[in-house]
Amino acid sequence: MPQQLTRLLIVFVALIGGLVAARHYLLPRTLGEKGHYRAAVLDAIAARPVRYAGREACAVCHADVAEIHGKARHQTVSCEVCHGPAAAHTEAPTEHKLPAPRERGYCPLCHGYDPSRPTGFPQIDPVAHNPLKPCISCHNPHQPEPPHVPEECRACHGQIARMKAVSPHVLLPCTRCHNTPVQHKITPRAALPDKPRTREFCGGCHAQGASGPKEVPRIHVHTHGGRYLCWQCHYPHQPELQE
Amino acid sequence: MGPLEEVLRQVVGFVYPNEVELHWGLLIVVYPYVTGLVAGAFILASLVRVFNVRELHPTYRLSLLTALAYLIVAPLPLLTHLGHPERSFEIFITPNLNSAMAMFGFVYAWYLMVVLLLEIWFDYRKDLVLWSQHERRLRRWLHRALTLGATDLSPRALHFDQSAGRFITIIGIPSAFLLHGYVGFIFGSVKANPWWSSVLMPIVFLFSAIVSGIALLLVLYLLGTLLRSKPVDMICMDKLAMFLFYALVLDFSLELLDFIHRLYEAEESIHILSELVSGRLFLSLVVLQALLGTLLPLLLLGLLSPALRSRGLVTLPDELRRLLYVGSAVLIQIGIFSTRWNVVIGGQLFSKSLRGLTVYKMQLLGPEGLFVASLLLLLPLLLLLVLIAVLPPWPEAEEHPAAA
Amino acid sequence: MNESDVNTQAPLDGKEISEERRAFLRSCALAASTLLFVGQGEAAEAPYNPREHNYAMGVDVDRCIGCGRCVEACKAENDVPREPFYFRTWVERYMVNVRGETVVDSPQGGIAGFPTAASEKGMLRTFFVPKLCNQCANPPCVQVCPVGATFSTEDGVVLVDSDYCIGCRYCIQACPYGARYLDPRTHTADKCTFCYHRVVKSLLPACVEVCPTGARVFGDLRQRSSPLARFTRLTKIQALKPHLNTEPKVYYANLDGEVR
Repeated sequence: MPQQLTRLLIVFVALIGGLVAARHYLLPRTLGEKGHYRAAVLDAIAARPVRYAGREACAVCHADVAEIHGKARHQTVSCEVCHGPAAAHTEAPTEHKLPAPRERGYCPLCHGYDPSRPTGFPQIDPVAHNPLKPCISCHNPHQPEPPHVPEECRACHGQIARMKAVSPHVLLPCTRCHNTPVQHKITPRAALPDKPRTREFCGGCHAQGASGPKEVPRIHVHTHGGRYLCWQCHYPHQPELQE
Repeated sequence: MGPLEEVLRQVVGFVYPNEVELHWGLLIVVYPYVTGLVAGAFILASLVRVFNVRELHPTYRLSLLTALAYLIVAPLPLLTHLGHPERSFEIFITPNLNSAMAMFGFVYAWYLMVVLLLEIWFDYRKDLVLWSQHERRLRRWLHRALTLGATDLSPRALHFDQSAGRFITIIGIPSAFLLHGYVGFIFGSVKANPWWSSVLMPIVFLFSAIVSGIALLLVLYLLGTLLRSKPVDMICMDKLAMFLFYALVLDFSLELLDFIHRLYEAEESIHILSELVSGRLFLSLVVLQALLGTLLPLLLLGLLSPALRSRGLVTLPDELRRLLYVGSAVLIQIGIFSTRWNVVIGGQLFSKSLRGLTVYKMQLLGPEGLFVASLLLLLPLLLLLVLIAVLPPWPEAEEHPAAA
Repeated sequence: MNESDVNTQAPLDGKEISEERRAFLRSCALAASTLLFVGQGEAAEAPYNPREHNYAMGVDVDRCIGCGRCVEACKAENDVPREPFYFRTWVERYMVNVRGETVVDSPQGGIAGFPTAASEKGMLRTFFVPKLCNQCANPPCVQVCPVGATFSTEDGVVLVDSDYCIGCRYCIQACPYGARYLDPRTHTADKCTFCYHRVVKSLLPACVEVCPTGARVFGDLRQRSSPLARFTRLTKIQALKPHLNTEPKVYYANLDGEVR
């Protein structure tokens, strides 16, 4: 073997030997047990501190509140949404007392009117709705049903009401077209209002021979719009929708 | 106001909240630039050794030393960028074989140990032995050590040096492709990023590397020769310029292809990317990369190409031609650096929601700052000076006094 | 025990049961009943077996009110840096006007809600979309990690080993959803863990716990009866960026086509 090769071989063998030894020393013990990662880290991650106790934990001591709250409108709202992380409180109740938001600025975080919020979600105008009074003076946070049911649909359906208010249908009350059971104001999603299903319904005002002021646009109920029903083209809350 | 608050103020449109901070900055622009020079310099050396382009012989040893100097510096921007450089050895002991980045340690080690160092060793061995016979003290000791004790100078041993060197260069060519190509693949394989995700990315990276390497050697060779007050071999320079021109044509064609393809397909990302190129990246892409870094050198080198000169259409004195070559080479370096910038930084300036743009605030000080990056770009040249001192690549160093 | 007690026992096969044998049988019966009793208690505390679980989440876009309680709870539970550049979860608001132009925003990730309400004028559709790590079944972030510091667990959660991560940030580049960030204190990559430390104790992730409208539904794909099973049965599900084939495990119901 040429002299060059023997010399090089010595160098390479020494180098590789060193690397193999280093690898043996440095390789984490639990690597490869469950995959290409250190299995030991799973325990480390699982041992991180828990800050939110979960609503079931609150019910253990505060059963009375939990009972009322569990049947009321805020039943989907966990205790810790308003009272903050409670794990420390469950460990040492008297040392870690939880805050309870009482100021007026807190509730509008969820209930302040925002057009991006789903239609029908209970929203109010934080400035105009019973100004200066704290929300809790009328609404018990654990049983926030309003002191009296909303008189008008606009209390929850503000966007629709505002749109209708500047439309030709402004004089029509919501109930003219939507049969609304009384229960809808108490448990909205469980008792939904209905919607008109036939052309003849709109034809009650808009058919050629219908009674009413002559300013009301009249069309041939059975042929106007071909195969489509009225609301497939005309948005009933703003029939001639402008920008 | 912290740097990130300042960035947030300048965000246009919508970016995901975690995208305000740019993650790969100036250091990650420097890294592909440096490894590109390594690959380019080595390809130039292989043109001499494997493809027997004799005119380029004066640059052979210089290319190897340049490649080595840049290769030694190459890991430094990466180490400086890491959140935990002290854990970088993990890439060697537990590489994730699905990750292109994990290849780095092995490709780098392979290229350094098996290709570059061996090639240099085999090429210099004879001279190392002869030098150590006539020198004194430190230099003698250093050169003796570098021979690794292989002092056999018989014709058979010398012939072995030649064949081994040739063999290593042959395997070195794909290794050089791999060393820089994998960097292109690191970007090209990220399906989350439409600016990076492309089949052409490794190839474009490689050709721009070759262009930058040849351009660098052109300048270094000229500098080295003039500083030693020796006559410049214009045949060598003309040949270098010719290869540079052809490589640049190829590189430009590939980038143009990518551009046309993108515009033609007009995928969803085209809107935000057009906004990116005409806005945030206008200076670095349209002006520096395309116009000054590619089109102008193409024009200059094309005008000076042998095809036009041999027909007597363009006659210029040697000094002027040299100057224009160097000018082109410098423009090309700026262009290739801008290319790296446009890929790395450009790919992070737009949101993956395709709805907004952020900004990159380059710092002056700090590990990711301009000072450190400039230092890292200067360091290989300083290293090269040291290497040239220890392993002179010049023809006069190969003339040994008669044996005592 | 005396002779008379022994003799009142009915002999087996005409033989008398010996004193020792009776004592043995008695102790066997005692042991068996004890094991049965104690065994019930021990079965209730069997060690957590990750192979029995595959966690996923459902998000109902129509229920999100953009209150940002989830963002706040996540930062509190997981010690996420409070600056607005590091989020494990956040809420986006989409506003589509009548000309079809869409504007998206997420002020501080939505952590304090959305203080400026959208304008109704000229608005076609507007809604909120919560975002988080999708805990993909084919995660591109795990694919690119050079050292194996981020990984998929057997129970379907993608985690980061912050003692092993070298901070190269490749995973952050590879995530198509912008779910990852670099923790400025540890200089390692970080992201939503589905509150792994909570789910292994049968608790819900913090964001799910505090969502007041039930827009977030957490569950185990291996469990046939669960809120998530109902969610995936009754709603039309979409995932984000399906063309990238990351197989996300956060399923969106009522997702609008404008959402990226």
